[in-house]
Amino acid sequence: MKPRLFIGASLICTVFSLPALAQENPEIQQRQGQFNLFVHNFALLGGMAQGRVDYDAELAQTAADNLFHVTRHNQSRLWPEGTDAESVEGTRALPAIWENLDDFMVKFAGLQDAAEGAQAVAGDGLDALRPAVGALGAACQACHQTYRAEAG
Amino acid sequence: MTRPDALSRSRKPGLKILTVTGVIGAATAAALWWVSAPAPVSAARIAGLSGNAQDGEAVFLAAGCASCHKEPGTEADPRVLAGGRAFQSDFGTFYAPNISPDPTHGIGEWSQDDFMNAVMAGVSPEGQHYYPAFPYTAYIKADPQDIADLYAFMMTLPADATPSQRHDLAFPFSIRRSLGLWKALYLDDGWTVTGDLNEAETRGRYLSEALAHCAECHTPRNALGALDTNQWLQGAPNPSGQGRIPAIAGPDFDWTHFDISAYLESGFTPSFDVVGGSMADVVASLQQLEKSELDAIAAYILRANP
Repeated sequence: MKPRLFIGASLICTVFSLPALAQENPEIQQRQGQFNLFVHNFALLGGMAQGRVDYDAELAQTAADNLFHVTRHNQSRLWPEGTDAESVEGTRALPAIWENLDDFMVKFAGLQDAAEGAQAVAGDGLDALRPAVGALGAACQACHQTYRAEAG
Repeated sequence: MTRPDALSRSRKPGLKILTVTGVIGAATAAALWWVSAPAPVSAARIAGLSGNAQDGEAVFLAAGCASCHKEPGTEADPRVLAGGRAFQSDFGTFYAPNISPDPTHGIGEWSQDDFMNAVMAGVSPEGQHYYPAFPYTAYIKADPQDIADLYAFMMTLPADATPSQRHDLAFPFSIRRSLGLWKALYLDDGWTVTGDLNEAETRGRYLSEALAHCAECHTPRNALGALDTNQWLQGAPNPSGQGRIPAIAGPDFDWTHFDISAYLESGFTPSFDVVGGSMADVVASLQQLEKSELDAIAAYILRANP
């Protein structure tokens, strides 16, 4: 009877702690929200650079301005220890981030620089925008190559 | 009284069975030993070829040599093929060897024939099998002239004196001779995607199946590590870490020709995610090819999509 009770109690604990695990790390959803905003703006600039959508100076400038501002969001509370892909579900952030935090922040600063560069030229025509989009892509890739796991 | 009789009666057939089994066993072992012998490329296929280093650069980029053979780390120079990158697998850990033209630690002393045998037959200059972590399973389909050009090009790259590391494999995979049996089962110089292909699809098939070896990561493997051609390019577990290598064919893959070609050129997916992981090196190589080559790969990928 006692082992049964123990198993039952364990099951109940497990079931109730599963959603709690996700709620314990709201930072994961929050930082993913930030990346979604990056993509929301980068996709328009990239779409113009690739000819998927027509170039529009005003829309391009707005997207680049947005990107400048959202990449300035202070990161200090978004990456708490223990929110890596080996510790918790729902993230592709590799533990290597926390082992190389200085490098991670250098690469993030690279993204900020690329966003600043794009903001300076996005309204100046397609020929000016294209290299800026390339620089933004390279800044994204710099982190994705080292610090992001394959999608599940 | 009956005991010795019974014993001797049962011993004779026993001996016979033992002898027959022994003979069959020895014959089987001899056959397996014969089948497993490393076989180089037929001399007729590679005789008289003369490589052109300039043409070899495009082969080098399409075949993606640097992706595995450059030093580990994102800052490494893709023209210095010092090796050292580790590849975890179900069979143990493989280490990419030094294939720079260093005479001691690289392939500087190799003849063109040595190189062709290594790349197209998986046989070392010492006459041993290479593990199929080295995708000679793809390169066997290549035009020997391309591989001769590749040899000429690679000999122009910088030499590096980093020693190669031994693979760290579990028994029995650590016995190289056993790879001869694996090759007898799985090494095939035919195309996987067949049928009536147009010019671009045919070129794309050559680039993808013979050089770029997309299937090595994007196709699942069987228990012996051979590609499951029934699920060609339909995605696979990531052998070296978390997550999956995505499908680039099959019901879950819905990219257009434009999407595929643009991705190989820029690293941007249709939804403008940016390439990462080991694919980043692949894109870094392929994006240096002519755009028509990327279009050809796209045509092939869509053709491979049933």
